[in-house]
Amino acid sequence: MTPRRQRMLFVALIVMGVGTATAFGIKAFQENLEYFYSPSDILAQELPEDRTIRLGGMVEEGSIDRATGSLKVNFVVTDFAKRIAVEYEGVLPDLFTDGQGVVAIGKMNGETFTADKILAKHDESYMPPEVTEALDKAKGGKEY
Amino acid sequence: MIAELGNYCLILALAVAGAQSYFSLLGAHRQDAAFMSVSRPMVMAQLVLVTMAFLLLVNLFLQNDFSVLYVASNSNSELPTMYRVAAVWGAHEGSLVLWMLIQSLWMAAVAIRSRNLPPGFSSRVLGVLGLLSIGFLLFILLTSNPFDRLFPPAMDGRDLNPLLQDPALAIHPPLLYTGYVGFSVAFAFAIAALLQGKLDQRWARWTRPWTTAAWMFLTIGIALGSWWAYYELGWGGWWMWDPVENASFMPWLVGTALIHSLAVTEKRGTFKSWTLLLAICAFSLSLLGTFLVRSGVLVSVHSFASDPARGAFILAFLVVVVGSSLVLYAMRAGSLESSAGFKLVSRETALLVNNILLVIAAILILIGTLYPLFLDAFNLPSISVGEPYYLYSFLLCTLPLVVLMGVGQHLPWKRVDGAKVLPRLRIPLIVALVLGLLVSLVGYGGGSVLSVVGVVTAFWVMATALLDPVTRLVSGNLKGITRGHWGMILAHLGVGVFVLGATVVSAYDVDQDLALGRGETVDLAGHTFMFQGVQPVEGPNYSAIEGTLLISEGIEPVARLTPQKRTYRVQQSPMTESSIDSTFMRDIYVALGDPLGGGKWSMRLQFKPLVFLLWLGSLLMFLGGMIAITDKRYRVASATAKQPTASGEEAVASAS
Repeated sequence: MTPRRQRMLFVALIVMGVGTATAFGIKAFQENLEYFYSPSDILAQELPEDRTIRLGGMVEEGSIDRATGSLKVNFVVTDFAKRIAVEYEGVLPDLFTDGQGVVAIGKMNGETFTADKILAKHDESYMPPEVTEALDKAKGGKEY
Repeated sequence: MIAELGNYCLILALAVAGAQSYFSLLGAHRQDAAFMSVSRPMVMAQLVLVTMAFLLLVNLFLQNDFSVLYVASNSNSELPTMYRVAAVWGAHEGSLVLWMLIQSLWMAAVAIRSRNLPPGFSSRVLGVLGLLSIGFLLFILLTSNPFDRLFPPAMDGRDLNPLLQDPALAIHPPLLYTGYVGFSVAFAFAIAALLQGKLDQRWARWTRPWTTAAWMFLTIGIALGSWWAYYELGWGGWWMWDPVENASFMPWLVGTALIHSLAVTEKRGTFKSWTLLLAICAFSLSLLGTFLVRSGVLVSVHSFASDPARGAFILAFLVVVVGSSLVLYAMRAGSLESSAGFKLVSRETALLVNNILLVIAAILILIGTLYPLFLDAFNLPSISVGEPYYLYSFLLCTLPLVVLMGVGQHLPWKRVDGAKVLPRLRIPLIVALVLGLLVSLVGYGGGSVLSVVGVVTAFWVMATALLDPVTRLVSGNLKGITRGHWGMILAHLGVGVFVLGATVVSAYDVDQDLALGRGETVDLAGHTFMFQGVQPVEGPNYSAIEGTLLISEGIEPVARLTPQKRTYRVQQSPMTESSIDSTFMRDIYVALGDPLGGGKWSMRLQFKPLVFLLWLGSLLMFLGGMIAITDKRYRVASATAKQPTASGEEAVASAS
């Protein structure tokens, strides 16, 4: 093989490798984006079918309801404009309480949101930025 | 008074750093020996001043001086002494002082170890490092001064974040920073080479030990962070693809690529401009990581109170550093490349592929980390990039990487005699297939194709890493292996061990959320867990509820675990403190949730096979790096640097 042909082969191999990786990367990327929705967003628009999303807002005061002795828990996420009921089964994060910011990851299941994972804030003064934004939007929304 | 003195030290250090870079760079440019002779004393002066500032800050914490804002925000009179020291770097301001201290230590080490290098070159290196010092000192003084006073003084402090009150955290940031900052040395070597417009194989030999040193600290720093997240965050995950974790992992990937490309530059004199580019990128990614973590654009345990001024400063610093070094690179790199041919199948090609795969992995992670931020910046819909993306794109690069790793390290430089290499690899291939299939199919009872492939690959990596020492052991002559070679063997073995641990724990862990009442038992992964109820416990600065679980295998008692739910008195935040029983083969991991009423408690029980190998593998990589940098030829290199005679070349020849 001449050095020139060898170099061309080299370049071709690299381009092919990088191209394949990019194609797979983009595909994986598109499939695994999780969009963030506030309760108002969810009720205002059509949701993409069967897709994992993030629902964020506040845990409505007094809405946490769990059957005695069971891991099943129901609560309501609110942005003070709209409310969405959430169901979850499992251990809750440390800082999950009434009136606190929360992000639930899961899917809409009819009228309720079935969560696979619940994220709460890391300390008492922190609020997930998406939640803050959603709450601001919901507040501002009443004005226009 | 102490706080003011600390502040004064930092200002003096800034002046010294200014003088250091001015005299070093100008001196090197003019070939002025008097100017250049200033740089080393300046580095030492800076080290003394920054160390004093650091110790004064530690002292403020030890004395509970709550008239200092930073101390009042991050400490408390009830905080145990050890954590009062660790609290120094528990938040933004102090962690920057630690960063600066480590930067000064690296600089001093370079100043001492570079006496044998050509004065013009070492002077430029120290000058570039001085410029970076200026940037960080300005950052501390202008936006994040830990010595700022609080008036009126607080009665007591707001305490250290409970998550950070942990022994591993006390050493995780220092090690991680040592790695991050260490890449600034490789960066400075690269810039110095570009400035002088000359780069030869000796340059690579000087740069290699520094890069390897930075890399090994970064490795162990990341591993400690992962270990901490594993047991302290309470839920047994060891890698979440959290943006902050990614921020430390990207420089690691590029740094790993850099180590390998430096090997080619040293041994074969090629890949020069690529090596320089990687050196610039590794450090830039370290800076980017700092920007992401410190600016508050990301939200996690690591990002402290966000302040737009800080983000803007680091972003500007990043732009200046990356921009100017890339411009310099574009102007000079073209003239450095020399052509030395190599065949399609050779170690050079293997290392080229290694580099490409590592860099693609870093880029894919970079995209996943930054894309949500871009959307956010332009007010587009908020998104998160889910874990599967990272897993998928990372495996896409690392699976071929580890497979090729076994072959590449046995290929000779420049060309290959296929008939010689491939038969040698037959034995490790058989070993890998037999052990891999045995462990995955018989030991753990099957699983997905990917997990079986993962286990086989892990054994392949280990077997090929051990091929050389085992072959030599059989023929009774271990002496022929240099320390550099031993380092590589150990580090590659570490990768194999890590891959085995990661695959097995991801594929075969058992994880269950349960509601258990007192006296109830549950069976999980061949063990019986018996819940014995809860009782209150008092700690030095927290109160806790402690559950007790007895674990037995058949009738054999195995362990008694006591997970806690703590409430730290000052911040009043609840925290899960998991309880783990570790052996080489598995961890049993228990975390206590909430009372569910009716005497039941929620808890998470986990059985994690071979999780220990994650830390063992990382430790082996660290040790491999350590052994490699003690290789004789690096000492020979610095002794003969002044007269590049045949002896230098011989060292290369004998090592390769």
